[in-house]
This record gives sequence, C-alpha cells and structure tokens, in this order.
Amino acid sequence: MSLDQDYLTYPWRRHGYDHDRYDWSMLAKRPPVQWPGGKSLAVWINVSLQFYPLNQRGVPFKVPNGMTMPYPDLRHYSLRDYGNRVGIYRLLEAFERFEVRPTFAINAQLAEQTPYLLERLKAQGGEFLCHGWNMDHLHHGGQGRDEEAAIVKRSVETLHRLTGQPIRGWLSPARSQSWNTPDLLAENGIAYCADWVNDDMPYAFATDSGPLAMMPLSTEIEDQFVMCQNLHSEDSWVEQVQDAFDFLLQESKEQGGRMLALSLHPWLVGQPHRIGCLEEVLAHITGHDEVWQAPAGEILDAFQSAGVRETR
Amino acid sequence: MKETLGAYDYWPYENRPKITWPGGARVAFWVAPNIEYYELDPPLNPQRKPWPTPHPSVPGYAIRDYGNRVGHQRQMALLDKYGIRGSVSLSVALCEHHPEIIEMCRERDWEFFSHGIYNTRYTYGMSEAQEREMIRDGIGTIHRHTGQKCAGYLAPALSHSERTLDLFAEVGQELFGDEAGLYTCDLFHDDQPTPIRLRSGRRFVSMPYSLEMNDTIVYAVNRVEPRHYLKMLKRHFDRLYAEGAESGTVMCIPTHNYQISCPHRIKAFEEALEYITGHGDVWVATGREIAQHYLDHHYDEALRDIDARAAAARRS
Repeated sequence: MSLDQDYLTYPWRRHGYDHDRYDWSMLAKRPPVQWPGGKSLAVWINVSLQFYPLNQRGVPFKVPNGMTMPYPDLRHYSLRDYGNRVGIYRLLEAFERFEVRPTFAINAQLAEQTPYLLERLKAQGGEFLCHGWNMDHLHHGGQGRDEEAAIVKRSVETLHRLTGQPIRGWLSPARSQSWNTPDLLAENGIAYCADWVNDDMPYAFATDSGPLAMMPLSTEIEDQFVMCQNLHSEDSWVEQVQDAFDFLLQESKEQGGRMLALSLHPWLVGQPHRIGCLEEVLAHITGHDEVWQAPAGEILDAFQSAGVRETR
Repeated sequence: MKETLGAYDYWPYENRPKITWPGGARVAFWVAPNIEYYELDPPLNPQRKPWPTPHPSVPGYAIRDYGNRVGHQRQMALLDKYGIRGSVSLSVALCEHHPEIIEMCRERDWEFFSHGIYNTRYTYGMSEAQEREMIRDGIGTIHRHTGQKCAGYLAPALSHSERTLDLFAEVGQELFGDEAGLYTCDLFHDDQPTPIRLRSGRRFVSMPYSLEMNDTIVYAVNRVEPRHYLKMLKRHFDRLYAEGAESGTVMCIPTHNYQISCPHRIKAFEEALEYITGHGDVWVATGREIAQHYLDHHYDEALRDIDARAAAARRS
C-alpha cells in the first residue's frame, strides 16, 4: 500500500503563503498607524442580528447555535428569536448609555421580515453589514458559483434597498466561505469583510473583482464563542474582553494603532442575567482618551487614508 | 416543513402596553418543578434516542430516580419555607407510579400541568390523532388523580409537532371549556406573556418559562458551577425586577429534583429563593394564576397593539 507520489510534492512551498489572497506581514513589523485625533486604539462593536429558520437544512453543516433537535425545534427557534424581539432593545439602551456607535450585521431576510426592528436600528444611526441571507444559507466550499452569486447579490441588494445605505461590510453566516466568496463580495461592491480573524488590524485582500479589505472581527472574544462554544461563564467573558482591551491599549501605545473588534449576539448577551455583564464591559472600554470607538467603515476609511494601506 | 413558526408576530420589547400584576408587583415569580418519569426500557422513537447507551442506561435512569426518591421532599421543604406553591410540570404516568408525590403536592394546593406521559415518549412521528390522544391522556390523568383541569403544557422532553399548541388548546377546551388548555411553556421568545395565534382562534398564552434559568440546561448542557447558577438567578431577577417598574415581567425557575435538590446544589437554590422572595414587589404565583391574570386583564390589549403595529409595518 502506498500513496500517490503527488502526496509528496509541494507546489506552494515558498516564502509567504500557500495562496495569493493577501501578503505575508507580521503585525509588529508594520509601520505604526495613528487613528484620527491621535488615538491609539480603535474599538469596533458589532451586533449580529440573525434569523435561524425552523426548517434548517444544515447544508453543508448545522450552523452553530442553530436547530439541534428533530423538527420542529421550537426550543432553539424561539430562544434565538428572543434576541431580535427582546434582547436587542436591552443592547440599544446600553449603547445609548455608554455612547457607543455600533455596527449591525443583519441577515437580509430578517431585515425584510421585521421592518420595525430595521427602522429602530436605522434610527440608532449605526452602519449595516450584510450578514448573508439567513443562518441556514451558508457559503461553503463545493457550492456552485452561480448559486452563491445569487445569494450574495440578493442579500446585498435587499439590505441596500431596505436601509437606503450603501452596504460596504460583509459578515458571512458562521464566517463560512467558499473559494469564491471574496470575489463575489467585491463584485457586489462590498468594501470590507469581517470573516478572516488573522489580524488585529485591517489588511488588504485580493479578489478577481478588485480590492477588498479584511476587517478581522475577533472570534476569540466573541460572546457566543466564549460562552456557547467554550462554555466559560459570563464573568469570565467580561474578564477576557477587559484583558484583551487592556493589552491592546498598551500595545497600541508602544507599537502604533491597534483595533479591538467585539462581536455580540442579542439572543445571548441580551438575556436578563447577562446584559449587566455587557454593561460592565462597555464601562471598561469606553471613556478613555486614547480610544476611538467607531463603526467599522470609519475605521477602514481612516486606515486607508493613513497611507499605510498594505499594497500587494 | 415551515421556515417560521407563525404562532406569534414580531413584537418589540419597547413601548408595549403596561402589564400590572396584583398588588402592583413588578415581577410575577413562579417555580416549575419538573416531576418526571423516565422509563428504564422505553420503545425507540425513529427520530430521537431516549438514552445515550444500550438499555438499561443505568446512570441516567438512576439519577432521575434519585430526584423522585430523595430530591422531591427537599425541594418541597424549601418551597414551603419560602411560601411558594410549585407549578408542577408532570410526566402524568407519575400519578400511577408514585401517587405519594402527587398527594403531597395536592395537599399544598400546587398546580399540575401536563409534561406528557413519560419523558421518554416523544411527539416526533406521531399522527395528529396520536398526539391528540397523548394530550387527552395527560389532561385526563391529571384530572382523575388531582381534580385539576390542566391549564398548561410543556411537551414531553420538549418534543413538538407543528400542531402541538393547537392540539393542547383544542383538547383542553373540549374537555373543560375555558378552564383548561390556557397556556404553553414551550416557547422561549419573551420575558412577558404573549398571545399565541392558534388555528382555532382560541385565546391562548405563551408563558415565560425561561430555558436559560432551567437547572438542567444550566447544569447539564452549559456545565455551570452551582454558585454561579445562584449568581445568574440573582442577576436575572434583578434585571426583570428593575424593568418591572415600567411594566410587569415574569420570572420562572424551572427545576428538576435530580439537579437542584442534590446536596451540593441545594444551598445555591435556597439562597436564590430567599433573595427573590425577600423583595417586596414580587407576586409569588403559579403558572395558571399568571396566565389567567394576563388573559383577564392584558391579553386583548396586547393583541390590539400587535395588530396595530403589524398594520403600520404593512403600510410602511
């Protein structure tokens, strides 16, 4: 028994990466960046508003936090729906209190189904990211290009029509991508994507349809990752976010601008026993002179105008 | 298969009509002990395994039996101490297996609502007629053994069909008119009671039963430490109590005797009860009492508000 000889050939073995999507660059070696007003740490707070269909197909995998029980899984369906009808309003109140300007990554279908919610989010003045069609329309390797292209187009166009805003940002459901996703995003006018979490700063990403920026929306301090995947307590989540903030703030003073990207889910942190923990986090990370809290689009604009945009 | 449930409309948790609880309480508080019977050798359901190992699955069976043999009286003593009447989510076959437990609850005027026949018999795959028969058995058994006309439902092991809520309300009405089939605990979309749309058009309420505060979800699914559970319960209460100053909220602690009544966990549970019932503006009630109050005083107004908002959304 042996393997085909191809198994011992290494066509991409070279300096840099085994792909051409972006350049190899170590964060500490890059020229320092300064955020507007001489701030050192940019803080981006994103809220994901999600629709988990009851008739989940689970192609090619069951989305994390989706339906797990046999149909109809009223338990997870209604628990997730809680976020969009109850939890989000607790978050909005906290944002007003701490003067946070968040972004809202919303499933286009949810935006269509809940006009009240959409109007409320618009009134809050946030920037919208397209979060795909719904949590059961995953982008994935092996998916037909035409099928995916139709989903991207429909999602971005629907959200653009409903919000009246240019849709510049994208977050894939479950951050799942196909080989084509970045190309399709650029093709649909998307300026930045939040899926790849390989940096603490924005960076340039190559596509067939022109430039795309990656805005890494950290998974490691994301509420659902810490509490639902790692099963850490809400108190530990607070500590982890605060520690990340303190560290990045210090590093940003020593090495140049950094970005803290915090991802939130109203069905999770919007629960009565958790909302106080979010308030604790917001109290810790707001109100610093060195901190610039802004929506992702503004952070990207500042980054690109700072003239340090990486070139390929 | 449906993409959305369609049993309730989108109704944002802001600017809703005010809910007023008896005595001007901020929070309606109820405790729902699940008193369950899991079979040692249940028949197999095509869609869900009752036990993780080949039968007999001794560890799972034994700890649940511990709940009935040992834990029940511990929880009951605590609820007595803090003046709480339990709203029992009952595997109704327990009436035949362990009538002693039913009798103790009855003496204390606790409420019984149906949680199916056994927690090892699932709704999945049943025809409508079969599910109707199971629901009828549940309501009928509770009436026969306790004299109560079952107001609430929590599907066995949270196993549902698309028709579950419709059938429960219909069978309740057939058997006892307006006195049975009033509310469901199967939906977790809100911290206030909400009207549910049924195919019969009957008035029917979704009661907040909080899966997030459910001891089995907390301990067995989310692997929380006992004293952290206490913290969660206090925080949950504090927030609902604060919001209740504006409009009444509901807090429920769903319990299982094989979880909170274990010696290493019961202290945390007791402290939570002491903390919550130590507040003045708390209405300690049963599921039926809360649902009935809501039906009598707030249901119609809520529905009008929901309809008005839906109409406004259609116009925009």
